[in-house]
Amino acid sequence: MSKEKFDYFIKGEKGKYEVVIGLEVHAQVLSKSKLFSGSSTKFGADPNNQVSLIDSAFPGMLPVINEECVKQAVRTGLGLNAKINNYSVFDRKNYFYADLPQGYQISQYKNPIVGEGKVLLDMPYGSKEIGIERLHLEQDAGKSIHDMDPSNTYVDLNRSGIALMEIVSKPDLRSPDEVNAYIKKLRSIMRYLGTCDGNMQEGSLRADVNVSVRKEGDKNFGTRCEIKNVNSIKFMQMAIEYEAARQVELIENGKAIDQETRLFDTKKNETRSMRSKEDAHDYRYFPDPDLLPLKLEQKLIDDLKKTLPELPDKKKERFIKEYGLNAYEANVLVSEKEISDYYEEVAKLSDKKLAATWMMGDLFAMLNDKGLDISKSPISAKHFAELVQSIKSGEISGRIAKEVFEIMLETGDNPKKIIESKGLKQQSDPKELEKMINEILTKNKDKVDQYKSGKEKLFGFFVGQVMKSSGGKANPQLTNEILKKLLKG
Amino acid sequence: MSLDKEKIKHVAKLARISVDDAKVESLTKDLNSIFKFIEQLNELNTDKVEPLTSILNQSLRSRKDEISDGKIREKVLKNSPKENEEFFVVPKVVE
Repeated sequence: MSKEKFDYFIKGEKGKYEVVIGLEVHAQVLSKSKLFSGSSTKFGADPNNQVSLIDSAFPGMLPVINEECVKQAVRTGLGLNAKINNYSVFDRKNYFYADLPQGYQISQYKNPIVGEGKVLLDMPYGSKEIGIERLHLEQDAGKSIHDMDPSNTYVDLNRSGIALMEIVSKPDLRSPDEVNAYIKKLRSIMRYLGTCDGNMQEGSLRADVNVSVRKEGDKNFGTRCEIKNVNSIKFMQMAIEYEAARQVELIENGKAIDQETRLFDTKKNETRSMRSKEDAHDYRYFPDPDLLPLKLEQKLIDDLKKTLPELPDKKKERFIKEYGLNAYEANVLVSEKEISDYYEEVAKLSDKKLAATWMMGDLFAMLNDKGLDISKSPISAKHFAELVQSIKSGEISGRIAKEVFEIMLETGDNPKKIIESKGLKQQSDPKELEKMINEILTKNKDKVDQYKSGKEKLFGFFVGQVMKSSGGKANPQLTNEILKKLLKG
Repeated sequence: MSLDKEKIKHVAKLARISVDDAKVESLTKDLNSIFKFIEQLNELNTDKVEPLTSILNQSLRSRKDEISDGKIREKVLKNSPKENEEFFVVPKVVE
């Protein structure tokens, strides 16, 4: 397989510019209750109904940490091949905003729970390693709603205090495509681990995007801008493209780039400065006096390590080795745990390679069409495996299989039953096929003569006739062989 | 370390405390003398002393992941200057 070359540069009048991107991903921890209080984390509840006196910062309330959130952070760290820190500290990050009742966010600053790690990306130009700088635990803020009243903002604190993992990458990303691959990989790893549901619509995964540009070949980084709180991969990509072009234009016009916080306007497709955040970088971090340092026993970390599931990279390797898939197929089939589970069930009962092809073709197209996750597939893995086996054994052709697939969707019947009741079995008896083909050739004597005098394109016409008169059931390979033999004579 | 008037104004702004100019003057004086007092500690050699993070010789207390709180909207909203039975209501804050 020939590999493409990396080629994402911004072309200016004075040369090519490389785009340097680092991400701070905020991933909501999967837990029943919040990081420091016993309120529920369930999405979609009535406003302010999942708020305790701790989440709303009543005086005298003391935070008590949720041990499951700590474990989830450790699991995620292990999944990112990262160093787990036995000692970490919670700090107060001070800033003033209507949806932050405490006036500070409890976060981790100097001593995060997880240190350096790495994530592997499969790009068309080869595999690329993205460094992880750190992962720390912190509280989410509440939600401000601006469009329910012309002169007021409504604040819902249901989200306030829910545990987030902030995963900070090194500035190793170089294009919107790499950002896409990175987010998807992080999401996949966390979903395998069950530490974050990765639901971007519900805000479980959001990112701050740091962008800078530099002339191709430059060793030093340019001045970066941070685009706050982007909640979809598509918007991240659009924001990066806009921001990189803006910075290149500034440089080419001899202007300086201000290091600042920007906001991506999804209606206008542009980033703009958030003046109100000018003072925001003055967070005055200090250790939270309400919380003692978090000390993790090595045994806890080792025990969690033992219970980790097989992760996508390992599973991909195994799929290639065990099932004979190519890297591309393996990549697609391990992208979601549910997809890989379905595939393994099908592969157990049918031809492994053919199963992959048909899953990635017709099954995925159907699911996509209906907007369904594979866990909600109307066709069970067992039935799907039967269909694949019928193709493999030559009982039905690929074309008929598509027909059977449609009927399976409608009726929920198993393919064996459909093939039998509709008489869809492939015609593979050479004698009967030969008889039928002979009849067709006799009926089309003129075309046979034309073929013999050199008009070989007509071969397709004969195949078509055979398929038509067999109702698509003639074994294509046999048909070809017999036709060739008879037309020669 | 010493604090000038600008720094005092900046810190006041971050803390959302309104401070008039006369007050800035006296605050600068007061805070500087406090800092001076604290800085006496720099005279001690602490090279071989581990940082004291807490005076309690305990580890962080934790709790099980169970829902044990919430569903007290009335109580939560009770002291807010403005609310509409569902939300806290604050002056418009829009980027």
